[in-house]
Amino acid sequence: MTNLRQNKARTAIGAVLAGIALAFGPAHAPAQAAGNPVTGQALYQAKCGGCHSLDANRIGPAHRGVVGRRIATAPGFAYSLAIKKLPGVWTAALLDKWLQGPQKLAPGSKMFLTIPDADQRADIVAYLVANASSAPARKAK
Amino acid sequence: MTDLIDTNPQTRRALFRSAGVVAAGIGMAGIATPLLAGAGKTTKKSTTMSSDVSVMQGALALEHEGIAAYRIAGGSGLLSKGVLDVALVFLGHHQGHRDSLAKLIAAAGGKPVEPKTDDEYIKELNIASLKSEGDVIKFAAGLEQGATNAYVGQLAAIKDHQLAHLFGQLGTDEAVHWAILNNAAGGTIQKAAYLFG
Repeated sequence: MTNLRQNKARTAIGAVLAGIALAFGPAHAPAQAAGNPVTGQALYQAKCGGCHSLDANRIGPAHRGVVGRRIATAPGFAYSLAIKKLPGVWTAALLDKWLQGPQKLAPGSKMFLTIPDADQRADIVAYLVANASSAPARKAK
Repeated sequence: MTDLIDTNPQTRRALFRSAGVVAAGIGMAGIATPLLAGAGKTTKKSTTMSSDVSVMQGALALEHEGIAAYRIAGGSGLLSKGVLDVALVFLGHHQGHRDSLAKLIAAAGGKPVEPKTDDEYIKELNIASLKSEGDVIKFAAGLEQGATNAYVGQLAAIKDHQLAHLFGQLGTDEAVHWAILNNAAGGTIQKAAYLFG
């Protein structure tokens, strides 16, 4: 009888834990979700805007056209040696990785800010993807 | 962290004096010493010091930009006296931040990053597009929001606890600036907790 109660209790606890895992699992899943570029614009301005703009090199390089661009090639920006050594082009996946920890990807680079929230990263990257064209918006005026 | 802390109080005081940051408050205490104490001793310590100095260099560049923005926008003639008075207070805060960071970088053996020219700031920040007091307030609010997030977002990368404390002080100054400017601009505030970071 005691064993039966214990088994029932274990089953109930297991069900609760499984429910918790389901409830919290997606938020902690490493998989990259599709982001919302509109939300990403506001997040970009709030979180990246201290150092970056789309069309000007400031403390960090200009971001318009960064997706698909070879790493460390924004015209006129003085990159660190650390990031110059990174091969390839910026992809959405690589930008997501970069925002999780720039010093992990390129130790010694100038950027230290991280965006721990996966959804926020996805939104910011979606905004950058939406501005992948290298044509500055100001020229349209 | 422990291996970065200089346990010699005499040395510590001397280094604070040399960095000239004693008067900046209790949050500054100890920053220069751990950074300097690591110089040249081991690769780990040097890397840690170099990392924290790099974080400070970025922060100093941010403060230079903020100072230029307030100075240029403040001199534009677009601001009424009351708003200009507040802007000058904020400008003074940023100058204080700049001085603390520059001294700490120099004390750690680094060369503090220099400000850009006004022409560069005007172009990079598109300051010429500001046409009214409201434009200036919104613009400044955006810079302060970005600066707050920059400070909070880099905290996890800082190795030295005292420097992290300083970054907390810097970031909260910027957050106060943002709150005042955002309110003046009639901006909304998000309902969810955690406005920054």
